[in-house]
Amino acid sequence: MDLTVRNLAVARGGIPVLAGVQFTVSPGRALVLRGPNGSGKTTLLRTVAGLQPPFEGSVTGAEDRIAYAAHADGIKSMLSVTENLSFWARVFGTGEIAPALAAFDLDALRDRLAGNLSAGQKRRLGLARLMVTGRPVWVLDEPTVSLDAASVALFAEAVRAHLAQGGSALMATHIDLGLTEAEPFDVTPFRARPQLSHADEAFL
Amino acid sequence: MIALLTRDMRLAVRAGGGFGLGLAFFLIVVVMVPFGVGPETALLSRIAPGVLWIGALLACLLSLDRIFALDWEDGSLDLLATAPLPMEAIAVVKALAHWLTSALPLVLAAPALGVLLNLPPAGYLWLILSLAVGTPALSVIGTFGAALTVGLKRGGLLLSLLVLPLYVPTLIFGAEVARRGAEGLAVATPLAMLAGISAGAVALLPFASAAVLRINLR
Amino acid sequence: MSFWEYANPVKFIRTTDRLLPWLSVTAVLCLAVGLIWGFFFTPDDFRQGSTVKIIYLHVPSALMAINAWLMMLVASIIWIVRRHHVSALAARAAAPVGAMMTVIALATGAIWGQPMWGTWWVWDPRLTSFLILFLFYLGYIALWSAIEDDDTAADLTSILCLVGSVFALLSRYAVLFWNQGLHQGASLSLDKEENVHDVFYFPLLVSIAGFVLLFIALVFLRTQTEIRARRARALQARERLA
Repeated sequence: MDLTVRNLAVARGGIPVLAGVQFTVSPGRALVLRGPNGSGKTTLLRTVAGLQPPFEGSVTGAEDRIAYAAHADGIKSMLSVTENLSFWARVFGTGEIAPALAAFDLDALRDRLAGNLSAGQKRRLGLARLMVTGRPVWVLDEPTVSLDAASVALFAEAVRAHLAQGGSALMATHIDLGLTEAEPFDVTPFRARPQLSHADEAFL
Repeated sequence: MIALLTRDMRLAVRAGGGFGLGLAFFLIVVVMVPFGVGPETALLSRIAPGVLWIGALLACLLSLDRIFALDWEDGSLDLLATAPLPMEAIAVVKALAHWLTSALPLVLAAPALGVLLNLPPAGYLWLILSLAVGTPALSVIGTFGAALTVGLKRGGLLLSLLVLPLYVPTLIFGAEVARRGAEGLAVATPLAMLAGISAGAVALLPFASAAVLRINLR
Repeated sequence: MSFWEYANPVKFIRTTDRLLPWLSVTAVLCLAVGLIWGFFFTPDDFRQGSTVKIIYLHVPSALMAINAWLMMLVASIIWIVRRHHVSALAARAAAPVGAMMTVIALATGAIWGQPMWGTWWVWDPRLTSFLILFLFYLGYIALWSAIEDDDTAADLTSILCLVGSVFALLSRYAVLFWNQGLHQGASLSLDKEENVHDVFYFPLLVSIAGFVLLFIALVFLRTQTEIRARRARALQARERLA
């Protein structure tokens, strides 16, 4: 099933930042959002993930199929690596955390408290969470922040495996992951015409 | 849902916050009362049920702002919102976890503190029963308040201001059960009212909490 | 012509601008007539003496304290269902007025209670209910002022208003029960409507009308202020865009 975005406008603080966005992500494919800071990539990803309502337009094929990862990893520092992962595995109703631990080289750290991990290790744990969700569409906001070159390679490998299994990915990143399945998508042309929110307009 | 519950309970016990702190606060409040009103046994035993209820209520209030704030700060709440759990279920589980880690210990500790205040022997059963029936309402109402203030920088004081008026009916009926029990009067009516408030709050308020959470996540 | 067109902020301001002078003048007239008539041209009560005359402040303010909350409840529901911004702002505008009415009712009650009962305050069910109502007003106003985003604030406060109304009602019954439980067959009663004589009744009616009009005028004025503040922010936002 494709993830399809039609004529989507997204708003930050009631003011539209992107408008008329159209794309489709098919199984096995990845779309990499490009654009300068503040161009609305995060807002677009949050809207696709269903965390905020679209300003206009529609998102189809996202309902209960999205695994979302943002700047904050949602990691509990008082729980161990395994406990953090198995929690999300149980929430999403999948059992296996071993493949995720292996894919992100977390086996040696499995009993460490997440609070004692380095920033890059935390990030890897946050990305490993994607694998235990069992969701087909990964929506990722700057997934490679604070990762070293080796970890980026691990991550690229995980994305490739996910796509090979018929999954798809939508991500905002500036690093070239070397994925042949990925196509870039520049959001700059979709910058919304500066315009007031509907609410504000009513008061003028 | 069980996964979320066990995680929250584990966190509460490990971080030490909600668990021990609430109990210690309850103890301190009860210890302070005789210093304020004097050591006269007859007076203390007369006000014991009310003091214990207010102490438990304040101790309950203490841990409310942790219900959602921590999950909000580290991004878990966003991730939970995209998980297959409905928001209502999250609100219920959060309230339940708060009750188990914050309120239940208070219920169990109340009789020991009753001894300090010379609670009449007849009162112990009704004190425990009224707290056991009433505290679920306190947790659910508190969860609603915590959901309202989750996005705010310094929501703690506002949370108390919002939640305490909502606690009034529960406190009145709960303390009334304990007081009447201690004096050997009939407790059926206030107990039924207390149970009614608890049941109604547990059944309906999670919907309000979920609606408020969705607005705050937007 | 639909009633909802007044939900347009511009239309609301234009209409209320025309109404406000009339409303204010009538409110002041009613208050002046009601209070002067009540204070100087009614006989003293045979039991309570001249202290009974505080009734002309006490009863109308108490009435408006409750009705203001009801108005906020209705406005909140309109906001939730139809999302008219004026409705949310009107609820916000009414809250401090309602809170002040509650304070007036409580203060006049205390002043009246002192000579009558020999004490400024008793935990009578009515007095207690009003005190709790005041706490609800405080929470509502505090929540409004704590949230920066206008629409989020409107959403959250309207849900608080709904939930708060249920609990305020519950508190009322709880307090009734609690007080009877404390002192059975209390001799102090505030049920005065039943034994009010015609001589007191008509000036009372006029003062009530005065308070109602005063409330409406104040809410209109404060809603206008809220709308204009919002309009100023919208203009600033437009300037930033240009």
